[in-house]
Parts: sequence; structure tokens; C-alpha cells
Amino acid sequence: MKIAVCMKQVPDTEASLRVRKDSLWIDEEELTFVINESDGYALEEALTIAEKTGGEVVVFSLGGERVREALRKALALGAARAVHLADPAFEGGDALATGRALAAAIQAQQFDLVLTGSQSGDAGFSSTGSVIAGFLGWPHAWLVMGLEVEDGKKAAKVTREMESGVNEIVRLALPAVIEVQAGINSPRYASLKGIMQAKRKEIAAVTPADLGLGAEEVGAAASLLETLAVFFPESGKGAEIFEGDPADCARQLVEKLRKEARVL
Amino acid sequence: MTVAEVQHADLETLDFGLSGEQRAVQELAREFAAKEIDPLVDEIDEAQRFPKEIFAKAGELGFLGVLVPEEYGGSGLGYVDYVLIISEISQVDPSVGLSVAAHNSLCTNHILKFGSEDQRQRWLPDLATGRKLGAWSLTEPNAGSDAAGTRTRAVRSGDGWILNGSKTFTTHGSVGDVCVVLAVTDPEGAKHHNISAFVLERGMDGFRPGKKENKLGTRASDTAEVVMEDCLVPDANRLGEEGEGFIQALRILDGGRISIAALGIGTAIGALKTATRYAKLREQFGKPIARFQAIQFHLAEMATKCAAAEILTLAAAAAMDGGRPVTRIAAEAKLLAGEVAVFCAERGVQIHGGYGFIKDYRAEKYYRDCKICTIGEGTSEIQRLVIARQLFKENR
Ligand SMILES: Cc1cc2nc3c(=O)[nH]c(=O)nc-3n(C[C@H](O)[C@H](O)[C@H](O)COP(=O)(O)OP(=O)(O)OC[C@H]3O[C@@H](n4cnc5c(N)ncnc54)[C@H](O)[C@@H]3O)c2cc1C
Repeated sequence: MKIAVCMKQVPDTEASLRVRKDSLWIDEEELTFVINESDGYALEEALTIAEKTGGEVVVFSLGGERVREALRKALALGAARAVHLADPAFEGGDALATGRALAAAIQAQQFDLVLTGSQSGDAGFSSTGSVIAGFLGWPHAWLVMGLEVEDGKKAAKVTREMESGVNEIVRLALPAVIEVQAGINSPRYASLKGIMQAKRKEIAAVTPADLGLGAEEVGAAASLLETLAVFFPESGKGAEIFEGDPADCARQLVEKLRKEARVL
Repeated sequence: MTVAEVQHADLETLDFGLSGEQRAVQELAREFAAKEIDPLVDEIDEAQRFPKEIFAKAGELGFLGVLVPEEYGGSGLGYVDYVLIISEISQVDPSVGLSVAAHNSLCTNHILKFGSEDQRQRWLPDLATGRKLGAWSLTEPNAGSDAAGTRTRAVRSGDGWILNGSKTFTTHGSVGDVCVVLAVTDPEGAKHHNISAFVLERGMDGFRPGKKENKLGTRASDTAEVVMEDCLVPDANRLGEEGEGFIQALRILDGGRISIAALGIGTAIGALKTATRYAKLREQFGKPIARFQAIQFHLAEMATKCAAAEILTLAAAAAMDGGRPVTRIAAEAKLLAGEVAVFCAERGVQIHGGYGFIKDYRAEKYYRDCKICTIGEGTSEIQRLVIARQLFKENR
């Protein structure tokens, strides 16, 4: 099977964040970036399926120069090739603009399956995958905790996590877009050999024109959503900190939850 | 030769900056150490248990065949990558760092450098992937710094050799599968040209581990005596030229010193990071001790020494990768890094106060582990001898 994996690079979860001067995004100057957590799981799922069914995994990422590092890591982990949506025109887009560009890049090749994570660790819109599915006209499943490609490779059975701890199993005709949850598998390590082999693998840089898209169809220019401000909500208000012996603190907490919050 | 001279060929391109791949290698080693080694550190130290499970995983990822070309199942990397790997692993556990270093740069490297094509095919694929663990036996009870004083004897017998003697302080002496043993093949021969190297394998008649040492530090790294009693070893197991084993060993130690320097850097950085973290958390007199200038100065001094040792070791590694002579710079790197490890580990304990003296914090462990860096693969005194000898040679 030929599988596309869409990956986003996000700030390391351990990084301490600052709001950028224009208040429209976080300051990315000194941040270290990593592969978005659930996208890493999507890649692992894709590599496992490709190993079982034969075929290859191609990774896609949209963003500046720095995302090549994430693509390189995916190649070291076992992806065959990478496509970098590299043009500055792609950047600053909402999920609609980003999803349209990724869908166009995916459509330029033949895929049986598209995997992504369910949510990005920075913006967290959880909608890029659905947008890709919409543009491709393919079925789509979100919050997937189990994935099995059926014999004949015509359909996939997925287990979805719903609210209140209920799960459902659905069958999707392939090709489809499947958004996995972190925790669906245990991602492998790259190996030293993998790192060296990645050096010889292709990262194709593509522009909007390569994908048959006009500059007004991608990135900030095509976004219907405008960020007005990002900020840290004021913290501390209404918070109560218990100090002292842990057992004592727990007792006080239960008391408050029962009597004041009335949630127990 | 100054460091800049040794580095000359690389100065324009190397810039001591790391390539994208080298950073990826470093990141992999860091991730591996954090996830696979860190959770076991305290247990394996206390129990003096050699962590086979870590080595199985390390083998899969290529950490046990770092310098071995891909055609023999290795990772085909250079010494700069190797230094990064040993340093990252040693930051988390110097025991594991020491064992990975001994496996790679002593045993495996001896077979790679001096083995015939047949011998490489025979042993390297298993060693490079960690299916077999390597050991290297030079030191004897009466031949430590004076390794040329080796007494273990190999006497010709038919198309093989009969080995008798015992080796002390062999890393992986009891858990190793493949052991390179240095033995005297020509007692009448010229000094330094009378010793040969043999590959012995676990299970050979007359070859067995002796006493396992109960150590101050690096307690999870297996160190044991190795005993040969009328052990028949085929001539096909002899490495390189007959009588050249001692010279081979010196060449192997040049590379080995770079790896022990990396162990020293890792230990020092581990101690520094632990102490920095602690200084920010520990409060006295109403503020974190990190706010006291005395503590800041300790940390600044540790960091500066770490940086100096790291740069010198990377320079030695780059010289090795560039095929330039490294005897002096490798000894300098090992000397400096070893002393820096001891310095930083001691300051680390001091910054922890009483909590540095107990086993609840890792500072205590770095303090015990660091000492191997000024002893193993040539003591600091011997490094100084080597450096001085090279100095005089270069300025004849
Ligand atoms: C944990 C551990 C692992 C080891 N692993 C291995 C291994 O895998 N394989 C192996 O072959 N060996 C191994 N060794 C042995 C190690 O290399 C030796 O311990 C080391 O070379 C020192 O030898 P020695 O212990 O006999 O000390 P000695 O040589 O007896 O030295 C004692 C003291 O005298 C000083 N000294 C000796 N000669 C001189 C001189 N000419 N001038 C000035 N000072 C001098 C030394 O510096 C030292 O301070 C290991 C040792 C340890 C502790």
C-alpha cells in the first residue's frame, strides 16, 4: 500500500513559550521544534502497515526551512520519500488553506491511505485532516485508537474513541483519511543506519504552482480565519493551594470538592 | 603540534559545528538513554547487574557497531558520532557508557583494524549488532600501566596455540562472548614485538571468567578476571602479524582514549546538569541556592571545563576521522576529560550538600563513577608520559 503521512512540526512541549511582539503568534525565535506528537504515531502506524502489506510511506509537511529536520527524522525512521511544501506563500494559513495545499500535494500522486495525527500540539484545531478528506472526497475518521487494513486492501476497520469512554468500530472504504490518537502504538526509534540512509533519500520541495494552485489559494492569502490575538490567560484567580502533609492536603481537597464545588 | 595544526584540514569546514546527521545521531542517543537507560540506573548500580536488555536494544539501533562499516553489519559512522553517542549515554549512566565504549573501541575495533577479511566476516556481524558482546584483555595482575610486562603465554601446538595465564579487570570478563586476549608468543623476542592478539570465545575449553570485581563505581559495567588454562586456540583466531599484538594494542588504545574522554565528558556534563537542576530547586535562607554567587561560580567553572574537554575531544575525534596522527591529542583529550569528570563530580556533590552524600540523588553516583576516567585505558600519569614523549618526538 502506498501511504501518505502528513506531519506538522510544533514547539517542543518542554519549551517555555512567549507571545510574539505583534501578539498574533508565539515567539518562535529560540524554540526547538519537534514532530507533533500524534503525527509521530501516525507515521509509526503507516510504517507498520507498509511493512505488513508491502508498499511505501511518503511524508508531507508544510512550513519553512526548519520542517526539513522533521522530514529527515521521518526518513530516518523508515519513510521512503518526503514532500516539503516549502514556498513561503504556503505559510500562515488556516486549516482550510493548509488542508487544500496538502490535499493537492497528495492528489499529485496515487495513495491508498492518508494518515495524520488527530490534533496539533500548538494550534490544536483538529481539522486539517477533515479538510484534506473533504478536498479529496474520501471517507474520514478522527480520534482513531485502532486501525486494521482488511484483506484485499479495499477497506480499513478503525476503532474510534468517542465521548464518555465509549468506543466504536467503523469500516471505511479505501482510499481514506485517518487521523490517529497519540498512544495507538509505540513509535520505534530511528537507528544509526536509518539516519545515514535518510541522507540519501529525497525531500522534494514543491511550490503552489507545482500543485496547480494560485498564490491566492494557499497560505495566509486563502485563510478565512483571522487570528486577532494570542495571550496567556490570567492565572491564579480562584486557585487554592494546599500545603503541608500530602494525606492532609488530599483530605482537605476531598472536603472542598464535596462541600464547595459539590462535584463528589 | 597545536590543536589548530592537528585540525588544519578541517578548520574551514568543521568549525566544530555538527552536521544534520550528527545532530540526529546525538538526539537518538539522548532519547535512547532517557527512555531505556535512565529508568534502570539506580537498580543496576545497587545490584551490580549488567543490563543485558539495554545492550539488546542498543544493538538493534546500531550503538554496538558504531565504527564498523555497513558491509559487516555496523553503522559505518566516524569518531565524532561515536564521541557524541558515548557522551550522551554516559550523561545518564557512565556504567553503560563504559561498557558500550569497551565493546566498540576495544574488542570490535581490534578485530576490524587488524583482523583478516575472514576474521572480520566471522565476528563483526554478531558484535556490531549486539548478538555477541565483546571484551578485550590486556591488563594483568602484574602488568597494568606496564602492559609490555604481559605474562600470559601462548605456546605453539600443531596448527594452534595453547594459552595459559590470567587477565585482570577485563570489562565484560564474565558476560562477554568474544574476547581479544594479548599473550606472549615469543618470550625471547624483542620487547614490544613478542606479544600477539588472539580471539577467544565463550565456551572454549580452558577459557573461563574468574572473579567478578566489586567496584567503587561503574558498578553495572561487568569487570572480571579472565582465566586461560591450557586453552587451545586455533591459529585462525590470531589477529594480524605474529608478535605485533602489543603495537596493535597501542593503536587500539589511541582510539580507546577518545572513547574514555567521551565517557569523561558525559560524566562531567551529567554531574553539571544534575547540580544545575538541584541548585534551582533547593532553597536556603529564603531563596534557591542557585542565587548564591558561590554556587553560580562552581557551576560556571564546571561548565567551562566541560566545554574545553568537549572541544578537545571532538578535535581528537575529527583528527581520527581525518586519518591524522592522534596519539598526542587523544591522550590530551583523555587526560583533560578524565580530570574534568572528577572535578565536576566533586563539585556536584558539594552543591548538593548532604543530599550529595546519599544515594537518593545521582550526584553521589557520578562521584563514584567518575574515577574510572583517570584510571582506565591508561592512568592520567601514563597519559602525561605519552604526551611528553610525543612532545619531545615532535621537537627533536
Ligand atoms: C573498571 C575498569 C575496567 C577496566 N577494563 C579493562 C579492559 O577492558 N581491558 C583491559 O585490558 N584493562 C582494563 N582495565 C585495566 C586498566 O586499564 C588498568 O587498571 C590501568 O591501566 C592501570 O593499571 P594498574 O591498575 O595495574 O595500575 P598500576 O599500573 O599499578 O598503577 C598504579 C599507580 O602508579 C602509577 N604509575 C604506574 N606507572 C607509572 C609511571 N611509569 N610513571 C608514573 N606513574 C606510574 C599509575 O598512574 C597509578 O597511579 C580496567 C580497569 C578498571 C578499573
